[in-house]
Amino acid sequence: MPNIFHSKNKKNMSVLIFIDQSDGHLKKASFEAAAYGAAIAKQFNTNALALVLGNVADDLTQLGNYGISKVYQAQNDSFNHVDALVFAQVIAAVVKQLEASVVVFSHTQTGKAVAPGVAVQLKAGLVAGACALPDTTNGFVVKKTVFSGKAFALVNITTPIKVITLNPNSFGVQTTTGNATVEALDVEVPAASVKILATNKVSGEVPLSEADIVVSGGRGLKGPENWGMIEDLAHVLHAATACSRPVADAHWRPHHEHVGQTGVQIAPNLYIAIGISGAIQHLAGVNRSKTIVVINKDPEAPFFKAADYGIVGDAFEVVPKLTAAIKEMRSK
Amino acid sequence: MKILVCISKTPDTTAKIAFKNNNTQFEDAGVQWIINPYDEWYALIKAIELKEKDPSVILHLITVGGADCDVIIRKALALGGDEAIRVDTESDDSYVIATQIAAVAKEGSYDLIFTGKETIDYNGSAVGGMLAEMLQMPYIALATQFELNGSQAKVTREIEGGEEVDEVTLPAVISCQKGMAEQRIPNMRGIMAARTKPLKVVAPVATEALTHIVQYELPPAKAGVKLVTADDVATLVKLLHEEAKVI
Ligand SMILES: Cc1cc2nc3c(=O)[nH]c(=O)nc-3n(C[C@H](O)[C@H](O)[C@H](O)COP(=O)(O)OP(=O)(O)OC[C@H]3O[C@@H](n4cnc5c(N)ncnc54)[C@H](O)[C@@H]3O)c2cc1C
Ligand SMILES: Cc1cc2nc3c(=O)[nH]c(=O)nc-3n(C[C@H](O)[C@H](O)[C@H](O)COP(=O)(O)OP(=O)(O)OC[C@H]3O[C@@H](n4cnc5c(N)ncnc54)[C@H](O)[C@@H]3O)c2cc1C
Repeated sequence: MPNIFHSKNKKNMSVLIFIDQSDGHLKKASFEAAAYGAAIAKQFNTNALALVLGNVADDLTQLGNYGISKVYQAQNDSFNHVDALVFAQVIAAVVKQLEASVVVFSHTQTGKAVAPGVAVQLKAGLVAGACALPDTTNGFVVKKTVFSGKAFALVNITTPIKVITLNPNSFGVQTTTGNATVEALDVEVPAASVKILATNKVSGEVPLSEADIVVSGGRGLKGPENWGMIEDLAHVLHAATACSRPVADAHWRPHHEHVGQTGVQIAPNLYIAIGISGAIQHLAGVNRSKTIVVINKDPEAPFFKAADYGIVGDAFEVVPKLTAAIKEMRSK
Repeated sequence: MKILVCISKTPDTTAKIAFKNNNTQFEDAGVQWIINPYDEWYALIKAIELKEKDPSVILHLITVGGADCDVIIRKALALGGDEAIRVDTESDDSYVIATQIAAVAKEGSYDLIFTGKETIDYNGSAVGGMLAEMLQMPYIALATQFELNGSQAKVTREIEGGEEVDEVTLPAVISCQKGMAEQRIPNMRGIMAARTKPLKVVAPVATEALTHIVQYELPPAKAGVKLVTADDVATLVKLLHEEAKVI
């Protein structure tokens, strides 16, 4: 079996996982990327190393629970915002210093901004949006989603260093037990290429891309005044809320809730679609959800073909009942 | 001010996704091709708005692809832009595409380069970031608002759980998504004008692909929906809890 890690020097073999943080906290998607990178390291009987940039309040040794043996942390105030040019240069330098062969990011806003630059710096092949472990029986073949989730491509990376961004919720946050050691890393910090004027975070809500459960409403809900029952259902499920494109276009809901081919693409464990017909462009953004529930008064709505569970009925009647039933189950 | 907008062609959003030759090639028979929606609705329209505000802006469009892309680039020219460039080569590797665009961009010394957020076929969201790195320009990914002030721009971009407002000194590469501009429909005058706008075909620079698509797969078919009656939501809750184990 051809093994890219078969080099003379045993040190030349590690997998480096970039751990993204936001306001000093590690993110769920980063734990998943850590577990994925650790699984690759295991395939090759090598070490999974993590890189954290910036000041972090969370305990970094907990990354051991996802298979990381060593965490490198470079602290600098300028790392608390993602500057793509700066991050790409710093991360590429660390990859070279640690002689890592595989670099893993999560396919989130940060990964999308930074991984392509890292790949160019290292002249490494990039697979963006991976959804499975590499198959190394014949090269280094990574499966990724294409056509907005309607198909997969198996992509062979032919360069010595490989860069992968992992689709959130595609591998699972797999845990093990272990403690990671943390080592401070001195890196050269390039001059900033952008100046941050402001950051506005939506507080108090579950961010769509990180939510395990998403409750979504469409034009069938008739108007923004009817979203109370959607929010109630989302609340009992600790879910994020989403909507179809016409709903965002009509300003019934904010644009960042628009899911689909031209909106946010999500892959929660549970997606509940209420009063949404299931147009192909809508499905393209949600078809990677593990379980889909559809509530629609039209039995012919195309969404039922893509669903796991469904109720044919009037949302205004069904949704409050559903919320009550979940509350009741939770109280038992 | 010189602006370059990167245009890629993708199958229509309703196209049936199927593969041929032992699942190694996309089945393009009967497929309608469109301008990648992010490139058209957000990147191109925003650039056109900037030119409408300041007619001295020079607006070029670029695509990397075969002669079959000409229809798409003419469609883009019908919306606006002064001229188009097609680099005559095909690749499914983002690095190759970015290398080709970077070569043209260096030559043209553009102040601003707009790309879409991602292509809706290969979903790389990579070309913009690669291009920025190759040109050593600041890269603002996933921009939702853009305001030009002389040689600087104020750009709002999506970050995890919210947004960030950045100030950047040009030249810069911006990847565009929803919010940047409103969709437009080309008018007859634009379509007529596009026929006579220059479309330069240039030869590719030498480079090699760093990745290769080996094969495609379709997702397994869904088992079929389990329907529950409207007055029996308790059963649905039970199924979600015990069978699907998602609540
Ligand atoms: C290039 C392109 C890109 C697009 N991108 C996206 C995208 O990213 N995301 C997206 O969502 N769309 C997108 N669209 C639009 C898409 O084609 C559909 O038009 C849209 O998804 C429809 O939204 P909807 O389901 O909310 O509304 P409708 O299609 O109007 O469906 C409303 C549904 O509600 C049901 N309903 C009505 N009343 C009730 C009731 N009382 N109780 C229960 N059900 C009820 C109806 O039976 C119907 O099925 C795109 C289109 C194009 C051309
Ligand atoms: C199945 C399949 C079939 C394909 N068929 C063809 C084909 O028939 N003919 C062909 O020429 N190419 C074809 N391609 C190439 C494809 O259209 C893209 O150009 C290339 O794969 C880069 O995609 P990406 O997802 O990495 O781009 P992304 O990084 O997601 O793109 C981001 C942005 O970069 C810009 N960009 C991307 N690609 C180009 C480009 N080619 N030219 C200019 N700007 C671009 C756009 O602004 C885009 O919004 C095919 C790709 C696939 C996967």
